[in-house]
Formats: sequence, C-alpha cells, structure tokens
Amino acid sequence: MSSALRDRTGEVLLPGDEFSFDTDDTISLTGPVKPEKVVCGPGLRRSGDRLLVCKSGVLRHKPPNMFWMDSQQRRYVPAKGETIIGIVTVKSGDVFKVDFGGSEQASLSYLAFEGATKRNRPNVQVGDLVFSQFLLANQDMEPELVCVDSSGRANGMGVFGGGGLLFTVSLGLVRRLLTPHSEILSDLKQLFPCELVMGMNGRLWVKSCSLQQTLVISNLLQSCDTMTAQQRRELFRRVAQGAL
Amino acid sequence: MKETLLSNCERDFLLQAIAEKKRLDGRQTYDYRKMKITFGTDYGCCFVDLGKTRVMAQVSCELVAPKESRPNEGIMFFNIELSPMASPTFEQGRQSELSVKLNRQLERCLRNSKCIDTESLCVVSGEKVWKIRVDVHVLNHDGNLMDVASIAAITALCHFRRPDVSIQGDEVTVYSPEERDPIPLSIYHMPISVSFSFFQQGTYLLVDPCEREERVMDGLLMIIRKNNSSLIEKVKDVKPAPQGA
Repeated sequence: MSSALRDRTGEVLLPGDEFSFDTDDTISLTGPVKPEKVVCGPGLRRSGDRLLVCKSGVLRHKPPNMFWMDSQQRRYVPAKGETIIGIVTVKSGDVFKVDFGGSEQASLSYLAFEGATKRNRPNVQVGDLVFSQFLLANQDMEPELVCVDSSGRANGMGVFGGGGLLFTVSLGLVRRLLTPHSEILSDLKQLFPCELVMGMNGRLWVKSCSLQQTLVISNLLQSCDTMTAQQRRELFRRVAQGAL
Repeated sequence: MKETLLSNCERDFLLQAIAEKKRLDGRQTYDYRKMKITFGTDYGCCFVDLGKTRVMAQVSCELVAPKESRPNEGIMFFNIELSPMASPTFEQGRQSELSVKLNRQLERCLRNSKCIDTESLCVVSGEKVWKIRVDVHVLNHDGNLMDVASIAAITALCHFRRPDVSIQGDEVTVYSPEERDPIPLSIYHMPISVSFSFFQQGTYLLVDPCEREERVMDGLLMIIRKNNSSLIEKVKDVKPAPQGA
C-alpha cells in the first residue's frame, strides 16, 4: 500500500478516495518479508484495512513512511504542543481566559509563566497578546495553555506586543512560513527588517521600523497566501523597487 | 458568540495609523472600497460587494388587503437578516442590537424618502394592493453594512418586475410572466447612504470604515442623499465613551 501512496504523492485527492491492499501485491517467498508500516497524518483515516482520505487537498509524503493531506483552512482546531497567539479576555482569580479563534476560550494559569509564584504575579492585562503553547487540547474539553515549556523556561513565550499589527491569514500560510527554509521568509528578509511572531492559529504579528512598512508587510503576507511562488517574487520585487 | 475582544495592540496601532493618515488597506480618507454589483437569475435579486462585505437583496411581492388608514397605497416591508455566515458574533434567530438598528435605518432610508410610488401599487382600492417585501441578507461582514444594505435594497427594487394585472369590472386578473411581461415598479429616485466614522473625539474622519476601523471608532454619521441634490436624512450614532478612558 505504501507504494500506491507514494505513487500518488503530490496529487489532489478528495474525501472518499481510498487506498487498500491490492490483491496482486506479490509477496516474495524466498526473501525476508518486512511488514510495512504507514503512519497516517492529518486528513487520512484508517478504517478496517483501508486508508480513507477525509479532507480534500494534496497528498504529502515524508520519508520513510509518513503521509498526510495538506489542505487549506482558516478555522483553527487546537492541537497539543502547537504555539499560538491569543488575546487575554478575562482575568479572574487564578486563571486568565484566552481567545485564540477556536470554538471556546482556553484557560491560562497565572503560574504558567517563567518565574511566576503566588507572590510574584505576571503582569498581564485584559487585551494583551500572549504567545503560548497548548498543554491540553482535547475535543469537547476546555483547552489549556502554558507560557513555559516542560523545563520551566519561557523560550520566547509570554506577553508581547507593543506597537505592532496583528492580522489573520490561512493556516496553510503559517505552516509554510514555519518550515525550516521557508522561501517566503527569505524573500521577506531581503525586503524590510521586521519582527514577526507566527501563531499556528493563523494569527501573525508584525512590527517594523515605521508604520508604513508594517502596513506594507501585513498586506504582502495576506495577499501572498493565494499566489504561486513566481507571482509572489514578482510582487516582492515590485515593492522593493517602489520602496527604494 | 460574544464579540472577540480587540487586543490593546491592535487598537493602539489602528489609532496611531489613523493619526498618521494611513488606513490598513492603503486607502485615503475619502476612498471607498471596490464595489461590485451582480444580479441573480430572478427579477429582484442582487448581490453587492464592497471590498469583502457582501450582501444579497431579494424583492418579492404578493397581493394583500391594504392598511385601514391608507386604503389607496401599497405596503412596503423591509427586513435585514444578519446571517451567522457573516460573522461569528451574529446568532441565528436572535434580534441583536445591531440588527434592530440596521432595520430601523433601512426603513428611514427607503420609506421616509418616499422613493417608491406606493399609490401605483394599488389594485382595488380598499381591497387588494401589492405588498412589496425586500429581504436583505448579510453574507459577509467587513464593515459598513448600512451603506451596502441601502445600495442592495434600492438596486433590487429597480431590478424587480411585478406581475401585470388587469381589472374588468369586479374581476381582477393577475397575469403570469409567460402571459404578459411583468412591469417594473415606479421609483422616483435612488436614496443612497454614505457613512462617515469619527475617531479621537472627532479629530479624524474616515469614509467607509472596514470592520476593524468600526471597532475603534467613536461614532458614525450616515448621510442619506438622492441624486446629488437634496439631503434626505442624517443619522448620528455615537458610542458611549469607554470606561477608564
């Protein structure tokens, strides 16, 4: 089956497409037979001995055996370990309620910041932006956020945000920006120096030297969501010429 | 769902940008967003896009008994529906404050301006008149719903055709579209509203606010005019000053 999956990597698949064990897969009787394992990522579901596609998108493969569906979405569903940008909405007693664009608000304990104790409370106001990660994110349960990693360090998380602009993009764009050698980011670096915070819930925060540059960067990122690489490079080049 | 809180960072940035005479999408103070009007297959159905704000208007008619106080005039009925598709803050079925306000403003815009000749809608005086119903559905909310709703409503009314009727003595015959061509409503003029939003206690003014600009504005002024000539209505709406400001 993994050979069938590998053949169709890069193709657009729709929900309802399935992969099953072919009956004419030949098994060698002489050589050693290794059981093949296929790891299903998001968008693929196992049903009996078939593999079903449940989201429309492009099939992606990461060797040795990881497959998933790469689909476009704007609505965020919380998942454990993902870092997001949230807005503090309620400050009540020991917990803050944080809105991250999901179906309910997540809770963030005041002790989940670096160096916070019962006496030394973190300075968080209603309406502040926090960069934090999900500790608990189950379906139908209230998600929990923390601003420290497992060793107790902040690692870049916490309250931030004076002077920048927050805007939303699709989840696919954020994932593309977060890949290790992202083309979009390297193109952007050549354009203007800026500070960028990327939340996996589709929210981006950008701050640059001047207000005009911040606005330009936010409009560029919002529009390059639906562009091919070539159109994007063309657009960035036009902006660079206009700015200089 | 309750409205999501606008973060302090966004609010400060927007106000600072407005003070520097810059808008989020690069418009100038008096610029409108790109407007697109398309019509559906039925008479009286039209879609209006203003930037990302999208609204649909549908006009329909039926024969009813007239109001007792006005036996010679037809009836106009306006309704704005805020669909949950438009924004997560709109709830299905609940009459929110915004919905009531928009309905009232649309009524003032179209009814008080007397843009439609209601006497021509009378079929048999005191017994049968046409009731014209305008339903406006908001499909996407990105600010400035009132302007778009007024444009959609009046455009749909101009596009609409009502069935032809003929009266012979006591008999009233309503012809279907196949028998006789339906006839348009008689419209005197087209009232359109223009919204101005105010910031920093009236220091700055912006036309056609988008949704985020609407969240930080202090007040809104709507001017309803017809044909570059006379003013019909002026509606002022000021938000109470925020606590602790």
